[in-house]
Amino acid sequence: MTAPNDLTVAAARDALRRGDLTAVDVTRSCLDAIDGADALNAFAHRTPDLAMDRARAADARLKDGNAPDLCGIPLGIKDLFCTQGVPGQAGSRILQGFRPEYESTVTARLRDAGAVMLGKLNMDEFAMGSSNETSVYGPAVNPWRRAGDDTALTPGGSSGGSAAAVAAGLCLAATGTDTGGSIRQPAAFTGITGLKPTYGRCSRWGIVAFASSLDQAGPMTRDVRDAAILLGAMAGHDPLDSTSADLPVPDFEAALKGDIRGKVIGIPGEYRMDGMPDAIDALWRDGIAMMKDAGAEIRDISLPHTKYALPAYYVIAPAEASSNLARYDGVRFGHRATLDQGDGITEMYEKTRAEGFGDEVKRRVMVGTYVLSAGFYDAYYNRARKVRTLIKRDFDRAFADGVDAILTPATPSPAFALGAMQDADPVQMYLNDVFTVTVNLAGLPAIALPTGQDGAGLPLGLQLIGRPWGEAELLDAAYSLERAAGFVARPDRWW
Amino acid sequence: MSIDTDTAARVARLARIRVAQDDLPALASEFNAILGFIEQLNEVDVEGVEPMVSVTPQRLKRRDDVVTDGDRQAQILANAPDAREGFFAVPKVVE
Repeated sequence: MTAPNDLTVAAARDALRRGDLTAVDVTRSCLDAIDGADALNAFAHRTPDLAMDRARAADARLKDGNAPDLCGIPLGIKDLFCTQGVPGQAGSRILQGFRPEYESTVTARLRDAGAVMLGKLNMDEFAMGSSNETSVYGPAVNPWRRAGDDTALTPGGSSGGSAAAVAAGLCLAATGTDTGGSIRQPAAFTGITGLKPTYGRCSRWGIVAFASSLDQAGPMTRDVRDAAILLGAMAGHDPLDSTSADLPVPDFEAALKGDIRGKVIGIPGEYRMDGMPDAIDALWRDGIAMMKDAGAEIRDISLPHTKYALPAYYVIAPAEASSNLARYDGVRFGHRATLDQGDGITEMYEKTRAEGFGDEVKRRVMVGTYVLSAGFYDAYYNRARKVRTLIKRDFDRAFADGVDAILTPATPSPAFALGAMQDADPVQMYLNDVFTVTVNLAGLPAIALPTGQDGAGLPLGLQLIGRPWGEAELLDAAYSLERAAGFVARPDRWW
Repeated sequence: MSIDTDTAARVARLARIRVAQDDLPALASEFNAILGFIEQLNEVDVEGVEPMVSVTPQRLKRRDDVVTDGDRQAQILANAPDAREGFFAVPKVVE
């Protein structure tokens, strides 16, 4: 029998409702797994007492009947979400000691649905990174290893702790956030499912801001059904976020029919990159064949501005970050540098930010400052925003021509070794997001799910991109692909 | 467009991040790598294209102009590195 901490959300929900398990059982099983997984460094702040309190309350609610889907389900929460009274640092030294006085809308919804919070998950500092190595907590470690090789691998980033925790069975599911691929790339690196919803589907209120026009919260889960369940609980209009959409939230789980017959799946030629590893190319071809066998119509499409998505992103995201991160000034929260005699307020800002921010965050804040500075605003920032319009137009045209979803690889490689990119120039790391970042710029929903393994046994993921607000149809297409791929591999326990 | 150490120092100052003199050449070289990558955008014909403001076209919601929140002084100051007598405390700004 599957240990409670290894269950899917759906299976645990059903067992809890039948009374075969209690929320206390499942929670204890996760807390034990977390205690035995220090080597993964997935949890940055643990909340076992809070978890047990919520589990007991969930059991009482389950007994009364009519409990929501997530009642009694233990979840990990990315450190980017503010949760009342629980330390939250967004993986940064500058927020050392910060205990939010409020709860983010997404975690409040999960809490109110009866979900059990196990703690805060490791991540790249301010969600800036693709390997979890920019975290002040040190990197989270991927529970997967190459066959016959002890090299520690990255779980990806920025939601690396979330990915490692779900893959290793430390929680049933986790929250993530995705600004350029931070849910989908780590999901692909760890053999789990990660969904970035349409921009505006989930409230951003109470989530530490990185790039506000791109950030979006989403679920990281063991399978597509769990992603549907979690999204249903996370999504919905919030007056506290003016970009949150006032649209009804469909029953995403009910939309999972697994019938893709007659649907048009677009294959964008521009995603076929020079030097793409054979394993990724084969994965993509296999995925296309699976969808065709399942009855979908496969259509070659063109998204001509794809190549310019990463450079546009690396103008827009740093520009927004430089503005958002101006608030870390050593005055209202977090770290303040020790000052020398005679230091004034400017020295306080400069020393505090130099000590508090890591190298990648400093780099992006300064690049953002540069592209917004007088004389360069038009040349860089406005040009990038115009290119963004063109990137979105590419997708609009494809969907207007009848494409229902677009299938691409999720990442250009399997998980790489921690430390492997240490001496590379920053742009090399940015290339990890080449297949995911277009979606953030266009505000679309997209899901990464595991469909194969490379020669060393590492999981590989494909990405499906959907129409705006079309998460229900997207999840259904992903459900078809998941069933066709039949991916069941789990990492061998070594930690 | 090439960034020299003077420009790197100016950007660091604008961003209010102290960078040691010795670290400026490396910083300038990283800026150049990133900006070199960004330069590709110059290949795109953006004539007549509107810069994107909002990815999902929507009108911002309005609400009555009334106070909906407040009276949270203790909560607001709870995380301050230095708070005294109900205020945030900072080094002297005015002589």
